[in-house]
Amino acid sequence: MSYDVIIGLEVHVQLQTQTKIFCGCSTAFNPDHPNVQTCPVCLGLPGALPVLNRHGFQLAVKTALGLNCQIASFTKWDRKQYFYPDLPKGYQISQFDLPFSHDGHVDVETTSESGDKSIRRVRILRAHMEEDAGKNMHDESGRGRDSKVDLNRAGTPLVEIVTQPDLRSAEEARRFLEELKLLLTYLGVSDCNMQEGSLRCDANVNLHIHQPDGSRVATPIVEVKNLNSFRFTEQAILFEVQRQWDEFQRTGIKLGDKGGHKATRGYNPDRGETYILREKEEAADYRYFPDPDLVPVLVTETQLAAIRSEMCEPPAPRRERFHADYQLTPYDAAVIIDQGRLFADYFEAVAKTCGDGKQAANWITQDVLRETKQRDQSIAEFAIRPEVLGTLLGQINQKRITIKSAREVFGDLLTEFDETAAIPAASRIDEIVTTKGLAIVEDTGAIDAAITAVLGRNAKAVADFKEGNQKAIGALIGQVMREVKGADPQTVREKIIAAMQ
Amino acid sequence: MSSIITSLPLTSLIQQLRSGELRSVEVTTTYLDAIADRDAALGAFVHVDREDALQQAADADARRSAGQANGLLAGVPVAIKDVLCVTGQPATCASRMLKGFVPPYDATAITKLKQAGAVLVGRTNMDEFAMGSSGENSAFGPTRNPWDPERIPGGSSSGSAVAVAARLAPLALGSDTGGSIRQPASLCGIVGLKPTYGRVSRYGLIAYASSLDQIGPFATDVVGAAILLEAISGHDPRDSTSVNLPVPAHSQSVDQPLAGLRIGVPVEHFAEGLDAEVERTVREALAVYKSLGAELKEIHLPHTKYAVATYYLIATSEASSNLARYDGVHYGHRAEEFGGSLISMYEASRGEGFGDEVKRRIMLGVFALSAGYADKYYTKALQVRRLIRGDFDAAFQEVDVIAGPVTPTAAFKLGEKTSDPLSMYLSDIYTISANLAGIPGISIPCGFTSTGLPIGLQLQAAPFEEERLLRVARMFERETEWHLRQPASTL
Ligand SMILES: [Zn+2]
Repeated sequence: MSYDVIIGLEVHVQLQTQTKIFCGCSTAFNPDHPNVQTCPVCLGLPGALPVLNRHGFQLAVKTALGLNCQIASFTKWDRKQYFYPDLPKGYQISQFDLPFSHDGHVDVETTSESGDKSIRRVRILRAHMEEDAGKNMHDESGRGRDSKVDLNRAGTPLVEIVTQPDLRSAEEARRFLEELKLLLTYLGVSDCNMQEGSLRCDANVNLHIHQPDGSRVATPIVEVKNLNSFRFTEQAILFEVQRQWDEFQRTGIKLGDKGGHKATRGYNPDRGETYILREKEEAADYRYFPDPDLVPVLVTETQLAAIRSEMCEPPAPRRERFHADYQLTPYDAAVIIDQGRLFADYFEAVAKTCGDGKQAANWITQDVLRETKQRDQSIAEFAIRPEVLGTLLGQINQKRITIKSAREVFGDLLTEFDETAAIPAASRIDEIVTTKGLAIVEDTGAIDAAITAVLGRNAKAVADFKEGNQKAIGALIGQVMREVKGADPQTVREKIIAAMQ
Repeated sequence: MSSIITSLPLTSLIQQLRSGELRSVEVTTTYLDAIADRDAALGAFVHVDREDALQQAADADARRSAGQANGLLAGVPVAIKDVLCVTGQPATCASRMLKGFVPPYDATAITKLKQAGAVLVGRTNMDEFAMGSSGENSAFGPTRNPWDPERIPGGSSSGSAVAVAARLAPLALGSDTGGSIRQPASLCGIVGLKPTYGRVSRYGLIAYASSLDQIGPFATDVVGAAILLEAISGHDPRDSTSVNLPVPAHSQSVDQPLAGLRIGVPVEHFAEGLDAEVERTVREALAVYKSLGAELKEIHLPHTKYAVATYYLIATSEASSNLARYDGVHYGHRAEEFGGSLISMYEASRGEGFGDEVKRRIMLGVFALSAGYADKYYTKALQVRRLIRGDFDAAFQEVDVIAGPVTPTAAFKLGEKTSDPLSMYLSDIYTISANLAGIPGISIPCGFTSTGLPIGLQLQAAPFEEERLLRVARMFERETEWHLRQPASTL
């Protein structure tokens, strides 16, 4: 028997606003100073009323547009009611039946076991906005002390993204999350910092087991809650797939059977196992109803157009364009795009300045990436600005310096920055080239004279070459280059061969 | 002397404070003394901070002496229903649940009152969380009607109505969710106005039913209500449901009568259940308008019969949600003893903190919103609510205001209906529709029963037509003297 793995994700993303969704309190991550970023509204004090943060709503719309979602022209707010100490009003303001966006998709490139690459289109069922809860902190001393509640996070704007069950492996789920994070950070709508809880994931997992008669049987759906890293998500799904397979072998219980209800599990990363959170599917009745303290939001085409016009190009179409505009390999395009929007912007600026996308890609994916990693710098902090690197690479293209010389200049610019902390200007390139005599010598007379002299001194090498020893030429080129600094090695090589024949 | 000050019409009081003939400290002291002398028998106030009130009065006098800009209510004492948040003053909604809760902020209506120079003289009793029609559902004990202390003053703004009727404050703020200003105003023989939903900010008004609640004024006459309404009205960016419209200068316009006035008389408000004496008195009031040249037109509000049921589904649904925050975790009452689990803490705290009527309405609301029932009850109620609004929209095509009784009977006896919630709910039968439709309504004194109990006339207008409503009310007041009568104990 074989099976398909069926996975759908629910992802909570914190939007990058300065202030909370329904009040003016700061959204800064501040776990060391609990309950300081609060006011009557987010504390849920009697009489306080929420007022929508319009900027937060615009970020949410931007998010949904990035997910290729339809934006509803009318949306409203609903109260989701349950009791919990981190929920000061006794309800969460969320969206129930009329979310602000629906029906989108994210394309994820996946690699099969045989190494074939393919695109998985993950459909987005809906994306809605809601307020975050606070955080309960329980006494971990084992002495049964009081639990505490920090409401700094209460009221932080969230977008909940719900996918269709379109993912077919743990790796695909991880790839989806990586692509999602890339998209959201590109759009500048979320920092997706998982340590700080800016991106949290629940995974719905079950198996469709192929039967000998060709039919398929579904195992009970399990929702694994609160996965706070991509790796844990992948591990939890892998564990769950194996567990459900074993369970099915053992019990034969199918989805919908007695005992085959949907269950909720947590994931313990230390043990690498999921564990049961709620044994029975307690039909939680949240008694949703429209929040009478808020008014519905109408979104016009004009507003949508304004938001669209502010949006940068998302990563997926940009990858395509890098391939088309700069003739990059899909691999290089992906490496650059995956480094984030500013890195890709850096690449484009270099490519435009030097006029050679491939050359720019080579340097940026190797030299620049290596140097920034070594220095633990972001691309914005990197000393060699794109116009400087573009100018340098332009000189290679114009055959003014060799690639080897360019690397020397590149290294010198970085060394100078390390010593002076001054961002080097493009003019430094010419100065270094001149000082070090790195310019390619166009004067063929000087080269010819040097070749004549070198060949005269190296009769043995000339003889070896004529006998078919190609290696001999390397030493000859080296000697000529030493005599004529800045000579183009390709030119020298051709001239030596011509002279010897 | 004291009864001379406390019997002054508001306009005279304001004028004498402005001219310096009276000082706010003198006026405030008079009212504080009246509270100290007579409120023990009435139970109108739940919290009075004499020192604080006198300090506010002294500040008002100092501003006047310094020639600083004087607000609309400079130096005038105003009593505040215990449902509005005032920084540093306990706000309990007359509930054990909120015992000890002191808000760190002012309601917007309070901010506006302070800007107008008012003196907040004390906090008034009410039905717990504004749920009730008699003033009996209070953790502080019932409020009594100054016209007959054996009778209820109406509710839920019982203390505010009694404070004004008994001349313990010249003005008071209340809140009206299904009649909680108009009904006690009627039963206490004073003026009470529920503004259009959205006219006065709800920020800092402790919610009972958010889509129905409005803050409004109590006064002894229409002019007083007009001035207080003007002071508290206006758009508030902190309340998404407050409406951005200019605030009319009611204090300037209220004395202008309306010519060619068309008054709608809804057949449904003169039907079975209406006390004969009340009906006769209200019809006599309508005759006064006729004598002033108004045209009386019989109209129909065909969905009136569904109003009480609709109200008790919507209001309780919202209440079940609004009152979820009182869980004993963050503030308010927490049970001393509970089983140790979180759920048992919730159960014990809420079980001890809430009174019976509040629990009854929370349970009703939870039921109406539950899976499998929400469509039948809550959603259906919203549909009927739209039909009720439609009734009024149609009526206001034909008439300028609608007139009728406020309550089916005059004040009933304490304890008379406490064991029969349904008959209690029916005392709001004529007022509830205005909340469902969001329209403004006012109750003005229009007569007395043979036993000397006040009877009120209700006037209602289209949304944001408070100016017209007040002018029409004032037309009647100028022709009559019912509003000048005071309970014997106040003279
Ligand atoms: Zn806040």
